[in-house]
Amino acid sequence: MEASNAGQTEDCGNMPVSRYSAFWRGIRETSPVPAIILSTAFVGFGALTSQTGLSLLDTIFISVFMFALPGQVVLVDEIGRGASVLTAAIAVAATGVRLLPMTVVILPVIRERAGPKWLELAVAYYVAVTVWVESMRRAPHIPRHLRSAYCFGICVFLVLVSSLGAIVGFLLASKLPALLAAALLFMTPLYFLLGMLISTRSVVSLAPILLGLVLGPIFHLLTPDLDLVLTGLAGGTAAFLIANYLESRRPRS
Amino acid sequence: MIIPGQMLLYIFLAGVLMTIVWRFAGLALSSGLEEDSPLFRWVGFVSTALVAGLISRLVIFAPGVLADIDIVVRLIAFASGIVIFLLAKRHLGIGVLGGVATLLALGFISG
Repeated sequence: MEASNAGQTEDCGNMPVSRYSAFWRGIRETSPVPAIILSTAFVGFGALTSQTGLSLLDTIFISVFMFALPGQVVLVDEIGRGASVLTAAIAVAATGVRLLPMTVVILPVIRERAGPKWLELAVAYYVAVTVWVESMRRAPHIPRHLRSAYCFGICVFLVLVSSLGAIVGFLLASKLPALLAAALLFMTPLYFLLGMLISTRSVVSLAPILLGLVLGPIFHLLTPDLDLVLTGLAGGTAAFLIANYLESRRPRS
Repeated sequence: MIIPGQMLLYIFLAGVLMTIVWRFAGLALSSGLEEDSPLFRWVGFVSTALVAGLISRLVIFAPGVLADIDIVVRLIAFASGIVIFLLAKRHLGIGVLGGVATLLALGFISG
């Protein structure tokens, strides 16, 4: 059944006809450039875990089961500073909270009442920036009952190439000359900032970025234990108030 | 961290659980929430500011071997990455590559 369906898909060219073929199509159609950029960013992450003294198993475990790069870097940063589990958990949770609205937005797109719940759960589990962008862009062109399988294909592909990237980075970091290893570590902050700037076109959306950039090092010197969380709360809240103030002065269009 | 499994437990509690809790909360709430609500905006801003703080800290108080590169080189390379990104019509890959290439070039000359 599955085999004949797969064959039919090839013949018709356009639309997958079974969840199985939709899954494979999700894997095949994930845009190569975002996938390469993401896995390269994970190379930087692997270099970071290696420099922090984590094991390869830890690195793979984090990449496969967290699959949210900012949270991963926060976690490894906290481990590197010998933070308690509670301190690290608070910082990671404050980093990951942005996944909630992303999940809320994507679910109505992929949800189907009759479909298997585990697929929806699996896609929700792997909501992260690249998965989100790819799924939101492509899923609307797929028949509704095949969307969760299709997006699950995107997730599986991205998790695989990212984890491979992390493994490569981990193994390279200890073997490369110091300058090249430093370049791998340098990719992470630059990737994060540029990733944020891609969708930033107004003063309002630039505010939390600028405030965070300035407050981060200051809180690091003042309160090394909770610096990230305080930076987020202070910078984010200030940006929120500034944004609301600016918008209240400008008539809405 | 003496027992190997202890690190995995740490990672699971502080990393995995604290990340997936938001995804599953989103799954549970997804039928009744407005995506444009002020609460979501605030949440997004807090998370963005936190990661931005992490970014400047990773550049200024760099981890591992990156700390051996002069801070001036790190800052120039970072700024040039942003400029190249903007010149390349906000292409993420070209921006990251440009910044890394600047770091390598300056690091090679000065080191």
